[in-house]
Amino acid sequence: MKKVYGSAAEALEGVLSDGMLIASGGFGLCGIPELLLQAIKENGAKNLTFASNNAGVDDFGIGILLQTRQVKKMISSYVGENAEFMRQYLSGELELEFNPQGTLAERMRAGGCGIPGFYTKTGVGTVIADGKEVKTFNGEEYILEEGIFADLSIVKAWKADETGNLIFRKTARNFNPPAAMCGKVCIVEVEEIVPTGSLDPDMIHLPGIYVHRIIQGEHEKRIEQRTVRQREG
Amino acid sequence: MPWDRNQMAARAAQELEDGMYVNLGIGIPTLVANYVGDKDITLQSENGMLGMGPFPIEGDEDADLINAGKQTITELDRTAYFDSAMSFGMIRGGKIAAAILGAMEVGENGDLANWMIPGKLVKGMGGAMDLVAGVGRVIVVMDHTNKHGESKVLKSCTLPLTGKGVVNRIITNLGVLDVVEGGLRLVECADGVTEEELRAATEATLV
Repeated sequence: MKKVYGSAAEALEGVLSDGMLIASGGFGLCGIPELLLQAIKENGAKNLTFASNNAGVDDFGIGILLQTRQVKKMISSYVGENAEFMRQYLSGELELEFNPQGTLAERMRAGGCGIPGFYTKTGVGTVIADGKEVKTFNGEEYILEEGIFADLSIVKAWKADETGNLIFRKTARNFNPPAAMCGKVCIVEVEEIVPTGSLDPDMIHLPGIYVHRIIQGEHEKRIEQRTVRQREG
Repeated sequence: MPWDRNQMAARAAQELEDGMYVNLGIGIPTLVANYVGDKDITLQSENGMLGMGPFPIEGDEDADLINAGKQTITELDRTAYFDSAMSFGMIRGGKIAAAILGAMEVGENGDLANWMIPGKLVKGMGGAMDLVAGVGRVIVVMDHTNKHGESKVLKSCTLPLTGKGVVNRIITNLGVLDVVEGGLRLVECADGVTEEELRAATEATLV
């Protein structure tokens, strides 16, 4: 089955629609599916819910979909870098569900593994536990969190082969594998599609079974906080 | 004289032992890495890395290599990368020996508040709730009082909690306190700070 598509817009055809729950990879601006986000903006799909650790910045990442009011709700752990996000949230235009970062990652992983719920210590005794089932194991309290089953996953990897086997690079891996796993359909954008057989099977980070469509493109890969040190001596 | 930021970081570094895997929060905790000396410490960055190295030399920045504060960093010989689910698996699973992090308030029962101020900007908890729930030892490094001179070491936190009964040790500009049965126990005062001064700046019960 052909998985390689010519462009992000083409890969979204017949898959993207209004009101979807989309799981997106990335941490800050690192490892975000920037080409697919741009294509979603151009597509115009609205009332989208994003499960994504962050919401990008005003003019990059999910931020570009906030500007066009395409996002109805965010499920995130940290949204502090985005002024437009704050404005829409404080004015009630945007819904926000805070998840602790590890809970969000595990909700995605669990969804992808067919696990509808799991118990975690994270958030016990905090507002995160409000309304959630509490269960005691070995004398300690845990809260029930639900797996995320997304309609669509959009992720960024470094390399893919034509069957969708993926390799990520350094900390750009982050939320991409769990986000990829939890979607009914997963579209991945990569810097390079290599011939099937050229990746070492022992070095695959995410097997192609999770990947349905692949595109290759040029990435800006913006740096959020450029920090350096002086050369010694 | 109370400790300054670097002296607090240096004191916090004394908490770390050879062989530990440690997570350092943003702010003063980040400075702790400068004071570990010869100890063999592996730093975890919760966005998916063990063995975090220093900031890169100018020109060597890599957009694919950042820490949890989104700063560009470098890798070491021992570095390993993994995804966010595994990263928080090792945090929640108790594999990380200690987390050193900042706080807005700490309660004498070990409650920690460091993620939101209602009515003001709400940024999110990031990985803080997972860290305090999961790691072996939680060490808070913060100023003893806020900018209005009010104690941040309280009988009971007033802000929304990050974790309940999770803090083990508090290192402030005035000294070191442990969370024990019934309140906080004074471990030491900063050089030149008297016990009286520390008590006066502390709302929590000292036992």
